[in-house]
Amino acid sequence: MSNAPFSGGVHAPGRARIAARTLREDRWWLQPFLTFVCFSAWLLYGLVRASLQKDYFVADYGYLTPFYSPCLSTSCEPGSAHFGTPFGEWPALIPFAALTLPFLLLFRLTCYYYRKAYYRSFWMSPPACAVPEAHRDYSGETRFPLIMQNLHRYFFYAAVLISLINTYDVLHAFRGKDGGFGLGLGTLILLANVVLLWCYTLGCHSCRNIVGGRLNHFSKHPLRYKAWGLVGRLNARHMTFAWVTLGSLVVTDAYIALVSAGTISDLRIIN
Amino acid sequence: MSYDARFKVWRGDADGGGLQDYTVEVNEGEVVLDIIHRLQATQAPDLAVRWNCKAGKCGSCSAEVNGRPRLLCMTRMSTFEESQTITVTPLRTFPVQRDLVTDVSFNYQKAREVQAFTPPEDLQPGDYRMQQVDVQRSQEFRKCIECFLCQDVCHVVRDHEDNKQAFAGPRFLMRVAELDMHPLDTADRRPAAREQHGLGYCNITKCCTEVCPEHIKITDNALIPLKERVVDRHYDPVVWLGSKIRRRKD
Repeated sequence: MSNAPFSGGVHAPGRARIAARTLREDRWWLQPFLTFVCFSAWLLYGLVRASLQKDYFVADYGYLTPFYSPCLSTSCEPGSAHFGTPFGEWPALIPFAALTLPFLLLFRLTCYYYRKAYYRSFWMSPPACAVPEAHRDYSGETRFPLIMQNLHRYFFYAAVLISLINTYDVLHAFRGKDGGFGLGLGTLILLANVVLLWCYTLGCHSCRNIVGGRLNHFSKHPLRYKAWGLVGRLNARHMTFAWVTLGSLVVTDAYIALVSAGTISDLRIIN
Repeated sequence: MSYDARFKVWRGDADGGGLQDYTVEVNEGEVVLDIIHRLQATQAPDLAVRWNCKAGKCGSCSAEVNGRPRLLCMTRMSTFEESQTITVTPLRTFPVQRDLVTDVSFNYQKAREVQAFTPPEDLQPGDYRMQQVDVQRSQEFRKCIECFLCQDVCHVVRDHEDNKQAFAGPRFLMRVAELDMHPLDTADRRPAAREQHGLGYCNITKCCTEVCPEHIKITDNALIPLKERVVDRHYDPVVWLGSKIRRRKD
C-alpha cells in the first residue's frame, strides 16, 4: 500500500487507494501532443501569412487566397477586390481580411470538435480519458469566459456568409489569361477547398440543431427531417473535415503564394 | 493455447488496500472476467467482484483494466501481449466497497433527480399514434446498459469530487436529452438541464463516448443536441423571438 497523499479527484476519501493518478500504459499523451503541435503551427502560419500583405493574388487567373478574402481596401492589388473598395488605405500588418478572419477563428474556436481538441491538448482538461486533469478546480462552461461558447451558432451564421464569399472567389478563378474561361490547377485547388469548407461548415452541430435537431415531431416536418439527416451525415465526419480544411486552407494559400511570387507557374488545363 | 499471465489486482476496502500480484492461467478465447473467476477459484476465494450476464448486457462488471474503464466480460485477453502485466482496479470515481466492487449509488441518486416522462394530462391510450421517425433518435439512448463507465470516466466528477452534487453526468444528461426529444413529453427540461443537472459542466471531451460499450454517440447525439436546445432557450434571442411570433410548438 502506498503512502501517497490522498486528497481530491481519484484520491478523494472513500475511493480505492491507488497512488498512481493514472494506470494507463499506452501512449495517451501522443494525440494531445500532436494536436498541440499542429494547431500551433497552423495558427503561426495563418498569422504570418495574413499579416504579410503580399503574394495573395494571381491577377492573370483571378486566384485570391482565402486568407485575404474579401479584400475591401484601396491597398488591395488591382482585381482582387471582388466586392469593391469601401475602405481606403489599409494599415501595414493588419490582415486585409480583418473583417472576416476573426469570425472564422471564433467559429472554429467555439466549434464542438475543436473544443474537445484544445481542451485536451492545450488546457489538459483532461489530456486523455482516465488521465487526471491539471487543474484543482473546474467549472466547465458554466462561467465567463467559457460560457461564451454558447455563441457558436452566431459564428456559424457568419461562417456561412464567408463561405458564400469564398465560393464567389472561386467563380473568379475560372479565368484564362485572355480574360475568358480558363481552368488551372489553382482553380481546382480553390474549388476543392471551398467544397471542403462547405462540408465543414454545414456539418456543424449548431447547423444540425437549426435545420431539424430542435424538432421533436420529425414526422410533421419531412423536409427538415431530410435536411437533418443530410447534415447528420456531414456531422458524423465533422472532426475529419475540421482537420482536412485546416490542411486545404494551407495548401490553397501556399499554392497561390508560390504562383503569385513567381516561384512556380500555374499548371493550366484550359486557357 | 494456454499461458500464465501476470496480473495486478486491487484488493482492499475504503480503509485501505493495494495492488496484489497474481499469476493466472489464460486459455484461448477468454476475457478478463474469466481470469478473475479463475483467480477466485484457485487463489483468492474472498476476492469481491460484481458480475452477472457475462455478455456485455447487464453492466455489472465495470472496472478499470490497465487504467481504462472497461467491462471485464468484454475485454478479451487476446488484446494483450502474453508478456504484459494486466492491472485490474475498481472504478476510481466511486467509493470502493471491497476489492473490485464500488458503491455506485451516486448514479441512482442522479437518476431519481431526473423528472419522469410527463405525457399530456388529457392523453388517453390510443389517442396518439407514434411514428418511427419521431422516436428512432431516442432509441439509440435506450441501448444504455447502465454500466456507468461514462460516469466513471467523466473528468468532471472523476477529478473533482465536489462537482458530484451539481453534475448529473453523461448517462443522466443523455436521459434528459432523450425525454426532451420525446414528442409526447410536456416537461420543460431545458432550464433543469442547465441549472439542476449541470449541463454547462460538460466540456464535451468525448470520453463518455469513447468508453461506451454500447457505442452510443453520447456526446454527438445527446449532450451536444441538449446543449444546443439550451442555447435555443437561453442564449439565442432569434429563436426566442421566432417562437413568440409564430407561437408554434415543434
